[in-house]
Amino acid sequence: MSDARTSHSTPTRLRSLLTGDAWINFGLQIGALILAFLLTSCILLVAGAPPFEAYKQVFLGAVGSVTSFSNVLVAWVPLLLAAAGVLVTFAAGLWNIGVEGQIVLGAVLTTWVLRLLQDTAISPVVIILLAILAGVVGGALWAVLAGVLKTFGGVNEIFGGLGLNFVATALTLWLIFGPWKRPGIGSMSGTEPFPERLGLPTMAGLRVSPWSLGLGILAVILVFVLLERTYFGLRLKAVGKNTRAAFLLGVPTWQYGLLAFLFCGGLAGLAGAIQVTSVYHRLIPAISSGYGFMGLMIGMLIAYRAIWVAPVALFFAALNIGSIQLPIVLKLDSTLSGVLQGALVLFVLLVEGARQRYMRRVRMRIAAPTTLEAPLSASGET
Amino acid sequence: MEVQLLDIRKHFGPIKANDGISLSVPAGTIQGILGENGAGKSTLMKILSGFQPADNGSILLDGREVAMKSPADALRLGVGMLHQDPLDFPAMRVADNLLIGAPGGIRLHRSQLRASLAEHARSVGLALDLKADVSSLTVSERQQVELMRLLWLGARVLILDEPTTGISAAQKAELFSTLRRLAERGKTVIFVSHKLEEIQELCTRVAVLKQGRLVGEATPPYSVRQLVNMIFEREVTPGARAACAPGGPILKLSSLAVERGRIRLEGLDLEVRETETIGLAGMEGSGQSLLLKACAGLLPPVEGRVTMLGQELAGKPYHYFKRNGVAYVPAARLEEGLIAGLTLTDHFLLTQRKPGFFIDREKGRSIAQERIAEFNIRGTPSNTAESLSGGNQQRALLAIMKPEAKLMLLEHPTRGLDIESVIYVWRKLKERCNAGGAIIFSSSDLDELLRYSDRILVFFAGRVSTPLDADSTSVEELGRLIGGGSV
Repeated sequence: MSDARTSHSTPTRLRSLLTGDAWINFGLQIGALILAFLLTSCILLVAGAPPFEAYKQVFLGAVGSVTSFSNVLVAWVPLLLAAAGVLVTFAAGLWNIGVEGQIVLGAVLTTWVLRLLQDTAISPVVIILLAILAGVVGGALWAVLAGVLKTFGGVNEIFGGLGLNFVATALTLWLIFGPWKRPGIGSMSGTEPFPERLGLPTMAGLRVSPWSLGLGILAVILVFVLLERTYFGLRLKAVGKNTRAAFLLGVPTWQYGLLAFLFCGGLAGLAGAIQVTSVYHRLIPAISSGYGFMGLMIGMLIAYRAIWVAPVALFFAALNIGSIQLPIVLKLDSTLSGVLQGALVLFVLLVEGARQRYMRRVRMRIAAPTTLEAPLSASGET
Repeated sequence: MEVQLLDIRKHFGPIKANDGISLSVPAGTIQGILGENGAGKSTLMKILSGFQPADNGSILLDGREVAMKSPADALRLGVGMLHQDPLDFPAMRVADNLLIGAPGGIRLHRSQLRASLAEHARSVGLALDLKADVSSLTVSERQQVELMRLLWLGARVLILDEPTTGISAAQKAELFSTLRRLAERGKTVIFVSHKLEEIQELCTRVAVLKQGRLVGEATPPYSVRQLVNMIFEREVTPGARAACAPGGPILKLSSLAVERGRIRLEGLDLEVRETETIGLAGMEGSGQSLLLKACAGLLPPVEGRVTMLGQELAGKPYHYFKRNGVAYVPAARLEEGLIAGLTLTDHFLLTQRKPGFFIDREKGRSIAQERIAEFNIRGTPSNTAESLSGGNQQRALLAIMKPEAKLMLLEHPTRGLDIESVIYVWRKLKERCNAGGAIIFSSSDLDELLRYSDRILVFFAGRVSTPLDADSTSVEELGRLIGGGSV
């Protein structure tokens, strides 16, 4: 947690009440979690399914065996990358909805480089490195496009990103059914799979690659250090919290906005590259699998604190993988995990909003009769 | 309709926006409400028009005490407010705009209502094209639409909050004649402004607010001097002024012209020398902030030159000005100056001269502690900007100002501060000024201008006086010039 948030230097009762005690906050978060489970249980009951059985199946599906847990880790990596990426844009006050499309573009460029080089004599290690690098560049460029639209075209990044997501999906479909279609007929199952030597090496008998795990964890650490320990991160935050003041204090604001996009897009592109080189070994229509949007949800859920990315992303990945069991065992749709995740984000935001309203009321009541700090002799703005 | 306000009080946290205001306005008058920004005018009008409740006090209409819970309530009782920005629906036709606030069921009786509207417009002397799109109207036409709507809904008291912002002289004349006509027909008009000349021209009586209190009332013929004194008077007078001998030139403006909105400054020539302090006097919005922004590089001049230490800067970006020794401190401390959510340490780190890549938190904390002690800020390094009081925010702003800045541009540097903070802030500023800097600041406090400036420029409606020597100018003289008198 950033030391901006934990100010214990004036441990007065008033201040701890206003900033919110860490334990109270923790309790509120747990409360939100319980509420999310309650709501999901209600939905399950309406659908005629036993909630506890469903949760048990999800749990077993996620951690019931080494294979299933390794699958959770496979889903964890793109979530780590996407969530870490959007923390950078969130810090700059930007809603990078386009992260989904940036993952897709990363996958597209990676596939392109692999296709280009797969029949050459270049060593597979070099090909994989180049392909992943191309993915990073692809995601970054797609993100910067949204940034440029915002900075120079006045297009809000939410709309720009949304539009670019559609373009990215359309591009993928066109490639799969057009220029890159399988010999014979193109199909939703994607392009022709690449040979095994062009994939990231996996652990014996499992689908998870130590390389992609390493990259995902590295990205989170990188973002944490960047946001909490560097001037770059501080300036990003300044831009995000008050662009005008940041500009007047000497921060080149729009340039930092573009850099945030570049950084987030790079990580998203890396996620796409990993999906191609270590999970699917080809380009498929749903290559991003909604990981970008889930990354945004994680960012909101953890209130943009990088330290929480890894555990919360793991929880989300476990829900996703665990719920794959549901259709088989309970004849339930696997989107249950999405319901639970969405409900969780909503309740956490709701509880936080309620807390802030309550605190403001408390603060007003304290401030009304006597002044909190130095009295103002003149009246302020009316 | 006669309006009486009795002991109106409204607090926002520690700030007393209205501090026991009592005012009585007879029917058929045009009552002016005069005062600087933050004097409590808007708050009082919002209370009278039902936008917000008073903490204390009562409102009497024609002698009967009334309770207004919403603007709709107020309008039912006959009080309507025309806002600074017309609150209409630009994408709709005039007639439909008028119908929106009308009482009635779901079904619209367009033709019937239109006829009634047209009739009404004629009777109050407003010429409105009911079929025009609102987006095609000028600001003053939209004001007429809004006035029409209020009258049609039964308003007998009309409140106008700074209605002349953004309209031309001809439109202003039109608005004023409409208002006079309405007053003749027995409507009560309450006209809020900080512009003396408008009050003089239009109002049959005026009340002056200052720091949430009613400090005086007047009827024509108005004495400008008396009004200015009421607006600007300060209760406490701190020690005597200290002069310092000016050194070499820092800033030179030659035949500068800047423009924003309706205000245009022209043919400005000024030379500011080391250790010199220039005060900018005038009613709010007379062009002082344009000059400051032009000197800061935030507003590119239309023509002319801005020369800083021999280097031509006009047209260069703000950050270039900043790198070349210009510091700008805006009036809106928490909107433009500091960043809410960041701590004092963060602010000092953000403005460090040669930062590097990684942040050394310990060093940042010790720098923060040092500056907090030096500038006597009541707060700790981990306090966020918004948790500080106004005076301490201002001290923090000065503390993060680059120490090597040669030219300090300050907008209302002591507005809203207690007298102790005012004296402290100026001591710090003068220290830096005497170390070879120069200051240009705007203020609405005549004592402050006279005490701390070496020379004063008086702004009136975009015109700038020749620099006055602060030593040989009196408060009365300055007040007269601010009110539009000539040198």
